[in-house]
Amino acid sequence: MVNIHEVIETNDMIEKENLDVRTITLGISLLSCISPDLRELNKNIYDRITTVAKDLVSVGRDIEKEFGIPIVNKRISVTPIALIGGAACRSEEDFVSIAKTLDDAAKAVGVNIIGGYSALTAKGMTKADELLIRSIPEALSVTERVCSSVVAASTKTGINMDCVRLMGSIIKETAEKTADRDSAGCSKLVVLCNAPDDNPFMAGAFHGVTEADAVINVGVSGPGVVKTALSKVRGKDFSVLCETIKKTAFKVTRVGQLVAGEASKRLNVPFGIVDLSLAPTPAIGDSVADILQEIGVECTGAPGTTAALALLNDQVKKGGVMASSYVGGLSGAFIPVSEDQGMINAVEKGAISLEKLEAMTTVCSVGLDMIAVPGDTPDSTISGMIADEMALGMVNQKTTAVRLIPAIGKKTGDKVEFGGLFGYAPVMPVNPFGCEDFIKRKGRIPAPIHSFKN
Amino acid sequence: MKKIIITVVGQDTVGIIAKVCTYLAANDINILDISQTIVSGYFNMMMIVDISSSRKPFDDVQHELDQIGDEIGVQIKCQREEIFTEMHRI
Repeated sequence: MVNIHEVIETNDMIEKENLDVRTITLGISLLSCISPDLRELNKNIYDRITTVAKDLVSVGRDIEKEFGIPIVNKRISVTPIALIGGAACRSEEDFVSIAKTLDDAAKAVGVNIIGGYSALTAKGMTKADELLIRSIPEALSVTERVCSSVVAASTKTGINMDCVRLMGSIIKETAEKTADRDSAGCSKLVVLCNAPDDNPFMAGAFHGVTEADAVINVGVSGPGVVKTALSKVRGKDFSVLCETIKKTAFKVTRVGQLVAGEASKRLNVPFGIVDLSLAPTPAIGDSVADILQEIGVECTGAPGTTAALALLNDQVKKGGVMASSYVGGLSGAFIPVSEDQGMINAVEKGAISLEKLEAMTTVCSVGLDMIAVPGDTPDSTISGMIADEMALGMVNQKTTAVRLIPAIGKKTGDKVEFGGLFGYAPVMPVNPFGCEDFIKRKGRIPAPIHSFKN
Repeated sequence: MKKIIITVVGQDTVGIIAKVCTYLAANDINILDISQTIVSGYFNMMMIVDISSSRKPFDDVQHELDQIGDEIGVQIKCQREEIFTEMHRI
């Protein structure tokens, strides 16, 4: 039987250290909705989502109440829309109509975000892929809850540089179209390498084509819990440090597994995976950067940061993997700038640069995430930053992603404000030297030699 | 058996346990275990109870105990046991 100290420990994690389940994401396949008639397609999509997800939010709330654990987000991911809309969409506007349908369906079932306005273009773009990508700026400016992602590279296929070049200008255009909202459209747009099919976290979540009709994926969190646990072992050696992270990650993940199992049972939808991630929020004490500082770096970005992050990421996985029957998604520590008060502080103090952030992404998930750059950053420079991050993912056989916000009308040192979980971000300086001739080249970068494993 | 963990946290005053127990008895909720401790000067009590014989929905029990907590100036929470057993037991 549980004892009082265990009960107090769990409730302290929830009440004082921001332990929560970050998201229950219901993945829904839309393959059965495909129709060459756009009106029928939109109707099929709306009906399918509002039928499968009708109880998602209420079931989430019931679980929250019964177990006393907050579930911050209830979300939906769908099959990449470029695949679903290919037969019916003849223009960018046609694709935008699907984005509106997704938005309406999300509002109807009460979820705050729906992901999957996506194209899988790691090796090449179909006509539909390109139309969808070109429709992204409009789609994200006329919808509230739709998230978009584009897969531009993988270890197996190499980097689709035509897509990378296009995404540089699409990100800029999205920023311009949402300039009145601090370019917030870009906070819902991500470019990925080695994208997982079962990621529950936004903005990069989509329901992959390898998945079943519907699936429940859960993302856990808990940076505050790890930090509090580590504050009790200050000065101790690495073995104690690692053990503490592992034990804490195990406990946090067990909560995710419990919630995933309950949600799966009550919604009658199979359980997919638990994503073992340390996902920060702008709330004080819910920061991955604070953990790194607790490990011993004066400020995130200082020498030693990458090593500390590598250790943290690995121990979180080692502790979490035994706590769940299926692990997947992104699984690692997130280091988004705007969504982590400790990261924001590090940027404001000048302790961390874009280059250091890039280095950190080699040892954790996911990439250059929620970083504001000056609004006049050239398209080709944005493409260059994407290409670099895609290369890191491709060579290291890991997921990487880029979610940059060119803050239109703002310069280095200014701030952009997104509100809520998206937080705010100081605009960071970008290397002033260009890469236009590199980005102008057509075609793709071949897959690395170590991808030929057969 | 449907086990629920009830926790009471707050300033220690006369009659906290009596009040909670009276409510539980009136609603056919069986107490399996009680323990208490003081953490940082605050009274912490934990009860493991079985609500399988109670005709009251869990939701109502949660709500009414919350109200009793408000009356006597303590926080009363009701959670299903699994959140604790899953976290602390392999």
